[in-house]
Amino acid sequence: MSTAATAIPYKVPKRRHPAVLFMTQQPLGAAGLVVILVMAVCAAFAPWVAPYDPLAVDYGGMLSRPSPEHWLGTDSFGRDVASRIIYGARTALAIGFIASFLGCTAGAVIGVASAYFGGKTDLIIQGLMDVLLSFPIIVLAITVVAVLGNYVVLGIDVNLIIAISVPMLPRVERVVRASALAIREMPYIDAARAAGYSHTRIIFRHIVPNVVAPYLILLTAFVAQAILAEASLSFLGLGVTEPTPSWGLMLSGAAADFYQQAPWMIVFPGIAISLGVFAFNLYGDSLRDWLDPKIKL
Amino acid sequence: MLRFIFHRFLLMIPTLLGVAILVFFMLRLMPGDPVATMLLGDAGGANIPKAVIEAERVRLGLDQPLYVQFFKWFWGMLQGDFGFSMWTGRSVAYEIGIRLELSLQVAVMATILAVLLALPLGTLSAIFKDSWIDQTIRVFSIAGLAVPSFWLGMIVILLLLTYFSWIPPLTFTSLIDDPWANLSQLIWPALAVGYRYSAVSTRMMRSSILEVLQEDYIRTARAKGVIGRLVVARHAMRNALLPVVTVIGLEFAFLIGGLVVTEQVFNLNGIGRLFVQAVARSDFTMIQALVLLVSVFFVLVNFVMDMMYAFLDPRIRYR
Repeated sequence: MSTAATAIPYKVPKRRHPAVLFMTQQPLGAAGLVVILVMAVCAAFAPWVAPYDPLAVDYGGMLSRPSPEHWLGTDSFGRDVASRIIYGARTALAIGFIASFLGCTAGAVIGVASAYFGGKTDLIIQGLMDVLLSFPIIVLAITVVAVLGNYVVLGIDVNLIIAISVPMLPRVERVVRASALAIREMPYIDAARAAGYSHTRIIFRHIVPNVVAPYLILLTAFVAQAILAEASLSFLGLGVTEPTPSWGLMLSGAAADFYQQAPWMIVFPGIAISLGVFAFNLYGDSLRDWLDPKIKL
Repeated sequence: MLRFIFHRFLLMIPTLLGVAILVFFMLRLMPGDPVATMLLGDAGGANIPKAVIEAERVRLGLDQPLYVQFFKWFWGMLQGDFGFSMWTGRSVAYEIGIRLELSLQVAVMATILAVLLALPLGTLSAIFKDSWIDQTIRVFSIAGLAVPSFWLGMIVILLLLTYFSWIPPLTFTSLIDDPWANLSQLIWPALAVGYRYSAVSTRMMRSSILEVLQEDYIRTARAKGVIGRLVVARHAMRNALLPVVTVIGLEFAFLIGGLVVTEQVFNLNGIGRLFVQAVARSDFTMIQALVLLVSVFFVLVNFVMDMMYAFLDPRIRYR
């Protein structure tokens, strides 16, 4: 038998799972992740979690205070605020994730291409991105919403998602381009070129894996931005339309008129928005500290 | 240096031209027709003869080919004429002018608040990195990024109403006419917008100081026996401030974004509100002018920042 192995009293340090390491090194990030998971569960199982139908109108119980029947009270149509918040998590997460994914992926593709090809291509792309960058996020989103109008597929407004992801493009593009530029100068890229590999292969096999860290960090950070943008646009009446439950929408319209009499109508949806965005920011921040502290968002 | 300024100045032109082209042609793709929106609004949705609509389109110059419209608009703008609002018929410059004072004042107040909060908090957070002070400040500033400014505004009004049975005055009075009435109205929106603003700046201040503290000259200063507080004040602060000033400048240009929603809550008749109204009414000339105004401001702030960098750091000038 292996006597040599037993003779050495040295213990190999146990390698812990990266997830466990993240939890212990970044407690704030882990807390954010827990909130995100709770939100995701609420969104996925909304019909079972929510005590009422979010659309059920009850004119007998309008603007009733928080009570054992309606934990967070009812709105001006007698709809249960808690149920609407739970269903609203669906809207927020769906739009947040899809918009962030679209915006970050498109931005990353443009960024890598811009850095890799350089020269005139880079110059033109940078010029275009500068133009987009000089619009404030919400102003650009409002303009895009106005131009595209509504186009609802499966209960989700596709054009709203596009409007939210367009402002992300230049911001993601800049960060990814900067990372890709540094990678492009690496000797192994020269080696790959000398070996006669195609552009596609060099980009996807040698550059893309190295910009995954900034991409993931941006993706998380921009989910938060997207949730906030959706809330703002819905609040202005340019985003999600009634009767779809949305946190931003819950703060506008009748809520804006009645909130002085029925503060629960706005207090809880606002907490939901803040908590959701807060969780994603916290998680994104910790992810950055953990993966690559030098990246600036 | 002069060559650098000139070169950098010329670089602003393509960006602004791009913004002008983008916003102009994007708006022409809009499904809403400004004439129809305006006339239907007036007549309460009654049928309007085609001839009237056509006449109105001719009056606003919307019947001409797009490129003609664009060049007319652009040429006018170069001469300082921004055209007339398609909705009210008054000049765009006038409509913006009467609202600029209010928005600008809120923006300036929010900036002051942000600077007052960000500089000490960011520095403290960096010096006591990973201590409970740092964690508290970080949570406070990440929360600032998370809380929507319009909701914060509603909560502020709610608190004032509940605890003081008082709400801010609704009509705008100039700071010069009645400073007290003016401040008691505008301090609240400034607070709501400023919180987010200060959060962004605090985070920048923290990471900027942390970065500078790792530089060689800080170690040198420490090694030659400069006491800790002096190292931060004399050596770190000065070098760390530049990126923070940049962020403050750029955020100032983008405050209009925060104002768009906050002015709605506080019932303020400012630039942000004007923008939302213009979009709802498909008021092309107004939207174009406002978007361009913000972009010009943003590009100018960028330009000034680059000049400051170049002035303070000769390496940039000679590259």
